[in-house]
Amino acid sequence: MNLKQLRKVFMNGILNENPTFRLLLGMCPTLAISKAASSGLGMGLAATFVLVFSNLVISLLRNIIPEKVRIPSFVVVIATFVTIIDLLIKAFLPSMSSTLGIYIPLIVVNCIIFARAEAFAFKNPPLPSVADGLGMGLGFTMALTILSSIRECVGLGTIFGMQVMPESYQPMAFAQTSSGGFVFLGLLLLIVNALTEAIAKRKKEKAEEEIA
Amino acid sequence: MNNLLLIVVGSVLVNNFVMSQFLGICPFLGVSKKSETALGMGLAVTFVMTIASFFTYIIETYLLIPLHLEFMQTIAFILVIAALVQIVELALKKLSHSLYQALGVYLPLITTNCAVLGVALLNSRQGYNLIESVVNGFSAAIGFTLAIVIFANIRERLARSNMPKWMEGFPGALIIAGLMSLAFQGFSGLL
Repeated sequence: MNLKQLRKVFMNGILNENPTFRLLLGMCPTLAISKAASSGLGMGLAATFVLVFSNLVISLLRNIIPEKVRIPSFVVVIATFVTIIDLLIKAFLPSMSSTLGIYIPLIVVNCIIFARAEAFAFKNPPLPSVADGLGMGLGFTMALTILSSIRECVGLGTIFGMQVMPESYQPMAFAQTSSGGFVFLGLLLLIVNALTEAIAKRKKEKAEEEIA
Repeated sequence: MNNLLLIVVGSVLVNNFVMSQFLGICPFLGVSKKSETALGMGLAVTFVMTIASFFTYIIETYLLIPLHLEFMQTIAFILVIAALVQIVELALKKLSHSLYQALGVYLPLITTNCAVLGVALLNSRQGYNLIESVVNGFSAAIGFTLAIVIFANIRERLARSNMPKWMEGFPGALIIAGLMSLAFQGFSGLL
């Protein structure tokens, strides 16, 4: 597989099949962790770590693991990497560990990681699998950071803890509540859907013009 | 007894798993187009979550802690849950065919339902004893069922209404879920 194909696999996770915006996978951490931009970024990177390494290991073992026990094998591989990242965060970023709480061990049941193991890593060689894991992970991180920046900005007037709104801005506490999480994700999806549709329409028009 | 009652009210209404803790969102959004399937999913989750709370407590107290293997918690719990789901599926197939037909299709999906692993982890973090863990597992699952059944009924109605084109599907559903969550926040004064 050459560099161009690798790039395509990588970009697929970020744009066309973005796990949050297009596939709607991994919604639990997306909603729960998106109160502050820094925790969104941290969660995204932790999930990316697990995704890249579980994809790599599953892809290396794909000819050894029998078809029938593949799901339990995936679970063990994924849970191992989740334990590693959980212990690492506890040791080096204790404050992050207390904000993310049980959502770090819950990466084990994140559907994105399962979906990529099943749909990609189990069928492809290691290098593309790593590219796929990295693309999907960064796509997830990007979506999570965008959503959590918006919620932090509206709800507290800050992004990554820095004041961005003018002093006179009255923070809208609703954005920080759990119902705000649902509503803001809904609105963001609405915008993304509208944008994708507009881009697709423009592409179609362009193609028609070229034919004409 | 009072303590148990507090856990029940807390898990069903105040700290509802779906509405305020964001656990089990995937099935909540995925299996909520029809009220019957939502009810089936809710019952299957209730079944598994109650049993899982029991077994994960036993595993943790009598296996992981005496052997000083607490760091293996995540791996041990998810394996117990995956095995349990398989056993429940096999047992239902043998024992009650009608129940299997009603819940069977949802069971494999439950392994990756974060509510099940979530309740096991929360039980251990809260330091609940065996009875408290099982009660918490059961009532959290009832809370999940309540939320998913209400949501499915709203979505059934919504399917027949005329929504703006961009709101159709997930954006609309998420905003409805947000409004429901706002309603559930009203319970926070109960405790």
